[in-house]
Amino acid sequence: MAHNSHDSSSFAHPAPLRLLIVVFVILVGLTVLTVVAAKSELPVGRFEVWVAMGIATIKAALVAAIFMHLWWDKPFNIIVFLSSLIFVSLFVGFTLTDSIQYRDQVEIYPNDELPPKPVNPYQASDPGE
Amino acid sequence: MAAVDAADTHEHDDHSHDHAPFIAHHFDSARQQFDSGKLGIWVFLVTEVLFFSGLFVAYTLYRFHNPEVCQQAHYFLDTMLGAANTVVLLFSSLTVALAVRAAQLENHRQVVINVVITIACAAFFLGVKAVEYSHKWDMGLLPAGYFSFTWPQHHHEGISGWLIMLCIVPTVLTVLSLAAGLFLWFTDSRLWGSFWILLAIGLSGFLIGAVGAQLYQSSSLAPELRIDEVAAVTGHIAESKDHQDGHSGEAHLSGTHSPSETSKNDSTDSMKGGDGENQTAEKSHDAAAVAETENDAEAHAADAATGPPEFLENRIGVFFSIYYCMTGLHAIHIIGGIIFLAWLLFRSLRKDWRSDFYGPVEYVGLYWHLVDLIWIYLFPLFYLIN
Repeated sequence: MAHNSHDSSSFAHPAPLRLLIVVFVILVGLTVLTVVAAKSELPVGRFEVWVAMGIATIKAALVAAIFMHLWWDKPFNIIVFLSSLIFVSLFVGFTLTDSIQYRDQVEIYPNDELPPKPVNPYQASDPGE
Repeated sequence: MAAVDAADTHEHDDHSHDHAPFIAHHFDSARQQFDSGKLGIWVFLVTEVLFFSGLFVAYTLYRFHNPEVCQQAHYFLDTMLGAANTVVLLFSSLTVALAVRAAQLENHRQVVINVVITIACAAFFLGVKAVEYSHKWDMGLLPAGYFSFTWPQHHHEGISGWLIMLCIVPTVLTVLSLAAGLFLWFTDSRLWGSFWILLAIGLSGFLIGAVGAQLYQSSSLAPELRIDEVAAVTGHIAESKDHQDGHSGEAHLSGTHSPSETSKNDSTDSMKGGDGENQTAEKSHDAAAVAETENDAEAHAADAATGPPEFLENRIGVFFSIYYCMTGLHAIHIIGGIIFLAWLLFRSLRKDWRSDFYGPVEYVGLYWHLVDLIWIYLFPLFYLIN
């Protein structure tokens, strides 16, 4: 890319037309692939979610890198965007590990039974209901 | 950096020397203005990602704890419609990227064309979504608390009352902007006239999408909802549950279907204004569905009293709550995107962009790509569950 530092009007880097179209074709191909992978009876089993998420992540990376120009962007913008993903993974990860602790209690719900009444340690006696 | 420094020293010598009219007075150069705006939009996108992440956490937890409910729910989501919408959004991402490129090259005509195509894709997406939503509302697949599922009858066709309601506002907007555009074109201002006409062309994508999806939905291409398939999912689960539950199959048979029948009548009343024919047709079909369920239960009766689908009233409503929250919030972002794109369309028609001033196109483009990114994750999470 021509980067003329003598002129402030030359900071635009038009993305190559062919690249944009190729990326679009790849994205559509990955969409077809993920649908086929989900519909077929491949022995992926419980890894299916991870296959679908992996393909989605490749698509997302392509969109971010090429369509959103992150590939050519200043490193600071990339860091800003990636930092959000770090916090999202912390959010999901900690919530999941926490909820695993309560899994047994969650699984009581389906059978239309009331969950065990939570005990409030700060309430000495329950006023009659 | 050298460019910024050079501009900086110039600025202090002579304030109006190379200060182009589009540069706000607190910026030294076009480049600094552009970079500041871009950092701002990236920070905004970060907040958007975190905003959606709460819903993604809700989804993850729900699916983690209730995998079988999600498995059952996927019978109610049409993969083909979802995939079509994915491709449409990907294509709109391409056209936005092309619009940014055209703006950088000061090719105003191409910016206008690409922005109009993007608006059309966005409206098309919403049209398909309207068909999907109305189809679900007809079946009573509503958020938890309002959930009242009844098996759909495929013989009773016709356009859903919900779909007509959803189409009113986009149709009125399309017609009004077309009328306003034609009026302005022939009287007052070519600029405003062409803006409203092009906006009408873009918004008409909604009706194209809605009609296309409706034709698909009522054609033989759409997968038929089979009660035995849905029941088979719970069949396995009921078996495992019966070990804890004892023989509760018969209780479920009467327990789940009588409330659904009464609530069904309520929902059809409000939906179709008490259309007598539909109701009788629905009732007979519902009776048939119950009979079918009983047959199914009998078929399974050999192996330890598996009840009919006892899934629906209990927990699947929460799945649809999450579904409506996530796709609805995404749809709101699409509507917002259309508004920003319309603003871009006007400025493109005014030929505002220069190779050193195309920031707004880039910023709206980045926002639009993020909306696309979120859909890239929503699509497999909701439409590709097996």
